Amino acid sequence: MTVAERQRVRPVSGREGWRAAALLALAAAVVILCLVSVATGTRSVGWVDIRAGIGGATETIGQAAVAARVPRTLLAALVGAALGLSGTILQGVTRNPLADPGILGINNGAGLAVVIGLAWFGMSADSSFVWVAILGAGMTAVFVYAIGSLGRGAATPLKLALAGAATAVAFSSLTMAVVLPRSDISGGALGWQIGGVGGATFERIELVLPFLLAGCVIGMLSARKLNMLALGDEVAAGLGERVALARGMAALGAVMLCGAATAACGPIAFVGLMVPHAGRLVFGVDHRWLLPCSALAGAALLIGADVIGRLVARPSELDVGIVTAFLGAPFFIWIVRRHRVREL
Amino acid sequence: MLLVLLCGLAAAMALALMLGQSFTPPGQVLRVLAGEDVPGASFTVGQLRLPRTLLSVLAGFSFGLGGAAFQIMLRNPLASPDIIGVSAGSAAAAVWGIVFMSLEGPALSALSVAAGLSVALLIYALSFKGGVTGSRLILVGIGVSAMINSFISYALTQAPSWDLQEALRWLTGSVNGARLGQSGFLALSLLVFGALILGRRRDLEALRMGDDLAAALGVRVGLTRLSVILGAVGMIAVATATTGPIAFVAFLSGPIAARIVGPNGSILIPAMLVGGGLVLGGDLVGQFALPSRYPVGVVTGALGAPFLIYLIIRANRTGASL
Repeated sequence: MTVAERQRVRPVSGREGWRAAALLALAAAVVILCLVSVATGTRSVGWVDIRAGIGGATETIGQAAVAARVPRTLLAALVGAALGLSGTILQGVTRNPLADPGILGINNGAGLAVVIGLAWFGMSADSSFVWVAILGAGMTAVFVYAIGSLGRGAATPLKLALAGAATAVAFSSLTMAVVLPRSDISGGALGWQIGGVGGATFERIELVLPFLLAGCVIGMLSARKLNMLALGDEVAAGLGERVALARGMAALGAVMLCGAATAACGPIAFVGLMVPHAGRLVFGVDHRWLLPCSALAGAALLIGADVIGRLVARPSELDVGIVTAFLGAPFFIWIVRRHRVREL
Repeated sequence: MLLVLLCGLAAAMALALMLGQSFTPPGQVLRVLAGEDVPGASFTVGQLRLPRTLLSVLAGFSFGLGGAAFQIMLRNPLASPDIIGVSAGSAAAAVWGIVFMSLEGPALSALSVAAGLSVALLIYALSFKGGVTGSRLILVGIGVSAMINSFISYALTQAPSWDLQEALRWLTGSVNGARLGQSGFLALSLLVFGALILGRRRDLEALRMGDDLAAALGVRVGLTRLSVILGAVGMIAVATATTGPIAFVAFLSGPIAARIVGPNGSILIPAMLVGGGLVLGGDLVGQFALPSRYPVGVVTGALGAPFLIYLIIRANRTGASL
């Protein structure tokens, strides 16, 4: 081993402590953003009210505003973490740098399932939303992957992205077909076209929390398997990994996460796309580090986007799904331009 | 084959002129078309059904021809302008015009066409990096259209509820309230932009073999691509401005025409005819065959998902490429 090579190798082994520090910094950023999110909004409030509001007091208008921002912030953090995590898992499973629940049309599938439930099955209980949305997300994931792997060769990023876009268009026009003649649900159904965390309550969070936790556990457990899959199917199989099982389990976690997230606040695109790329720049490609980092970074991103949405459109607000689309689409284009397309 | 398609389209048009709340016998339709004044039939056929039929067919021509040109150019049946967002710009501009500026008529069309062309050029420019490759164009288009769609959703949330229904209906695409003047405008645009595409027809067909091979055969790939994009986007933007983005017509026409023509012929003209038939047939189905009246875009949009499934089944059976 030459000196130059040794120098290149050493930082990798010495990086663990540094990574842990970065992870801590990220966690601190999430906490700070949570505070910012609680403190800012259409109504400016003072420190006294903020402290009282977080404690649950609702005596003044300021305290009530803060108390309403708490579940909203919590929901943004949870959903952001879920989307970041599921994006990282999906990119690992498909070995595709463009995978994202929004780009692949999975969110639209969840939305369509919910609208169908509303229109034909008289669904009204909030708890059934979650099941239906996860079911829709799962079926759509399988569907898109099936179209994407059509034809010669495996599912290339280009084919998957196209399949996802086509599916998204098809599903949103089906949604429209269901909604148009029913003016009674068209208002509620429109909410399923853009994601937002406004109007969050603790009850809604409690409904999706078990699913988010389960998806999170499955996802974290599959970190090692994702590292194996990154070596390529043949090598992973040669090392004793059951490839199909590993892929199915990881994908199940991702689908649960993004389905539950969609059930909680509608389709939010691009969080799952941006987070893994940023994470890989800092933490490298080891999924045991990348997954926790994605969860934290996703939470930070979504809380931040929500704060931006509340600040730029004062006194009204932009839904967070719109903010992430405007942040994420340029990012997507940047990735596409950076890679040589054959490598994609 | 062309002849069969033409006859089918003519038959569908005749049917569309005869059918309605009340049936009009063919003799009366012919007399109205000849310019005679027939009590009762003159209004329903001349003022209501004729403009609607013409508009459906011409809009379908625009979507069909433009979509097929894109699919041939990018060598991928999924890469039609409505999927990769090239035509999303005109939809967004029109929704903006309806909701925030209360525009209608020619001003709305002009805005929509201008926005459609500029978004298409933006996509082209963003995918330019020492030349444009088809796959980068597709991916950049998907990214841009995601952004535009979220913009449309934002405009919809801001819309007052009386505009909302109008904007929603428009977004799905419908030929309600058609006027003859619209058809004249559409025919003109079809002529101008169609010439851009059909004038490069040979070069476009050569692109099927791959960019490198086509270039070796003496085709100017960049120029061909640019003029096809201009032509296709132009005609689709004008049609979108008039009827709204009728879902999946641009996407479906090419592959259906390819099935009809077989592997050897050119599919441009057949795809155009198929597009006309799709819109006309979809409108008839939406008006009369379903329990409640749907705009045509809902009917064609519902065809899209089954077609994707069909693609999967076919590819699984034959192991063929898309």
